[in-house]
Amino acid sequence: MIEATTHPTASRVTQLVSSVPRPRDAGAVTVGIGLAVVWTAFQLLNNNFLSARNLSNLVLQIAVLGTLATGMVMVLVLGEIDLSVGAIAGVSAATLAILITNAGVPAAIAILAALLVGAAIGLLHGSIITAFGIPSFIVTLAGLLVWQGVQLALVGDGGEIPIRDPFIRGIASSYIPPALGWVLALVLVTGAAGFRLRRRTRRLRNSLPVATLASETVAIAGIGAFTAAVTWLLNSYFGVPWVLVLVLALVMVCGALMTETPFGRHIYAIGGNREAARRSSIRVRGTTIAVFMIISVIAALAGIIEASRQFSASNALGGGTLQLNAIAAAVIGGTSLFGGRGRVYQAIIGALVVGSVQNGLDLLGQPAAIKNIATGVILVIAVVVDAVGRRRRIARGSTD
Amino acid sequence: MPALTSTDGGRAPSAPGRPGPILQMRHVCKRYGRVAALVDANFSVRAGEIVALVGDNGAGKSTLVKAIAGTHRIDSGEILLGGTHVSIGSPADAASLGIETVYQDLALCDNLDVTANLYLGRERRRQRTPFLDHEVMEQRAADIIRDLAAHLPVLDVPVSALSGGQRQAIAVSRAALWGSKVVLLDEPTAALGVAQTAMVYQLVRRLRDRGLAVVVISHNMADVFAIADRITVLRLGRNAGEFLTSATHPDQVVAAITGSAGLPTGDESP
Repeated sequence: MIEATTHPTASRVTQLVSSVPRPRDAGAVTVGIGLAVVWTAFQLLNNNFLSARNLSNLVLQIAVLGTLATGMVMVLVLGEIDLSVGAIAGVSAATLAILITNAGVPAAIAILAALLVGAAIGLLHGSIITAFGIPSFIVTLAGLLVWQGVQLALVGDGGEIPIRDPFIRGIASSYIPPALGWVLALVLVTGAAGFRLRRRTRRLRNSLPVATLASETVAIAGIGAFTAAVTWLLNSYFGVPWVLVLVLALVMVCGALMTETPFGRHIYAIGGNREAARRSSIRVRGTTIAVFMIISVIAALAGIIEASRQFSASNALGGGTLQLNAIAAAVIGGTSLFGGRGRVYQAIIGALVVGSVQNGLDLLGQPAAIKNIATGVILVIAVVVDAVGRRRRIARGSTD
Repeated sequence: MPALTSTDGGRAPSAPGRPGPILQMRHVCKRYGRVAALVDANFSVRAGEIVALVGDNGAGKSTLVKAIAGTHRIDSGEILLGGTHVSIGSPADAASLGIETVYQDLALCDNLDVTANLYLGRERRRQRTPFLDHEVMEQRAADIIRDLAAHLPVLDVPVSALSGGQRQAIAVSRAALWGSKVVLLDEPTAALGVAQTAMVYQLVRRLRDRGLAVVVISHNMADVFAIADRITVLRLGRNAGEFLTSATHPDQVVAAITGSAGLPTGDESP
């Protein structure tokens, strides 16, 4: 009896604290509150902010950012970083445009080729990092320069390659018919409810503690209400954008990979304590290479979405502040820069915060200067929250 | 490769009425360059027995443990597990032979919960799916912790939220969950307070009572006399004494460690 023999008082305190119901992810609640504050502030300053039209635009604006941030969470949890995602998106878009416009290849094959280019780049990054033990910061910084150069060379002197293929153009600019939107919303909520109830049944079968049926019902009702509200809002404009479905699917696949598979568990383990993972015969190198391949494919996907938004692949695509914002979105969403902590879905909340600030300042007619400063300030706040939390954990005797 | 040219067909000699050693190391030598870390060293441990491996710095304790844990290969000599010659070339080899090591730094992932740490690198999947079987892992984790009476408040908090003794308990429980035969504990009480040390002693005794062979490496005579059934002393890479804890005074062990008394070199248990 550890507690009983060592800290009788601490035991009582622990019991008291653990008897208070609290959310599983305190970080998600913090960033959720942050998002609510941002939205309330902008709505008060400009009552068009929460209009169906503006929120629909916001969804389209953060699709690329949210996609990149999703991959970034996986790399950050591993304890690494990827500074080259924007350049990989640029190379992917250029590959796509060259194949479609210059070579007349069908859209599906061009998309596949662009994603494969991403996978190959990730394999190269991961191999260099693991083979020579070089920090990913340096390898992907070099990658940023190299792939930006490749992007410039591919796009050529014209500065951009137009894309006329209707399917590609439709990825980021077509909407689901309202009725189908409701069907998808229903599928989503039913799926979420089924997942939660099946998990509850399995836990009961293994005589593990479960949440009360009432609190499960409240949680499912909450998911249902939120999904219905978003669907209704987007349907009252043009409908649910297809790209939102694409991003949500990506988040769900990556989320399941991270929390429901041994592979994801190993990513958290390596990010938490690399040496412990190695001693537990986890394949650290293989996992690292796989994660860099995944983020590069995700970056290539982001490049395709951005090319679809711009109807072209330009030599500026993926440049500027995009990839720094992707890291910012992941960190604002609660992912630790020190590795081992972070959830994929929080990347979307982080991307919403970054996207909302930029969208809101646009509505207020503020220049890019203000947008960058505001994003930077929010990032610093998020990192300070992360660092303070880490210091508290260390003070409690944690070694990470 | 350890020498496989054994003369006795791999049968371990056993005292009448008692089972033979589960793990036996005979005539083990290991050199690091020109330094002889182990010279004709012998070591054995039975199932259901706690053996303390003691010695001064540089006596060869760590080398012997690393040979068992699979992080270093021996140059010559033989290792027998359950009477059969084995070759332990990597930590994975050791694990597959049923030998688990609890390192001094515990090797826990602080960001993961208790269950995830117990199953680190050995996650269970649901049948015919690539997905983690959270429920079965959590239930078996709860079982092993209850069996060892290592009370942990909740299994789904990150390990970083737990005390030093609780973290040690997790590392030991992990060895109990997987180490079907032999558990090595490297300085298990090094960073613990009095009460937590007592708890770890209790845990180690429970491992023994479950029929595991336990090897404790320690500098601490109090540790050694509190839990060990038998004490093996190494000095300058050679055996410098074997003692039954119940019939020994700590001074005798200290004398053997420092070499201040001319004690006979024991091959097997007395």
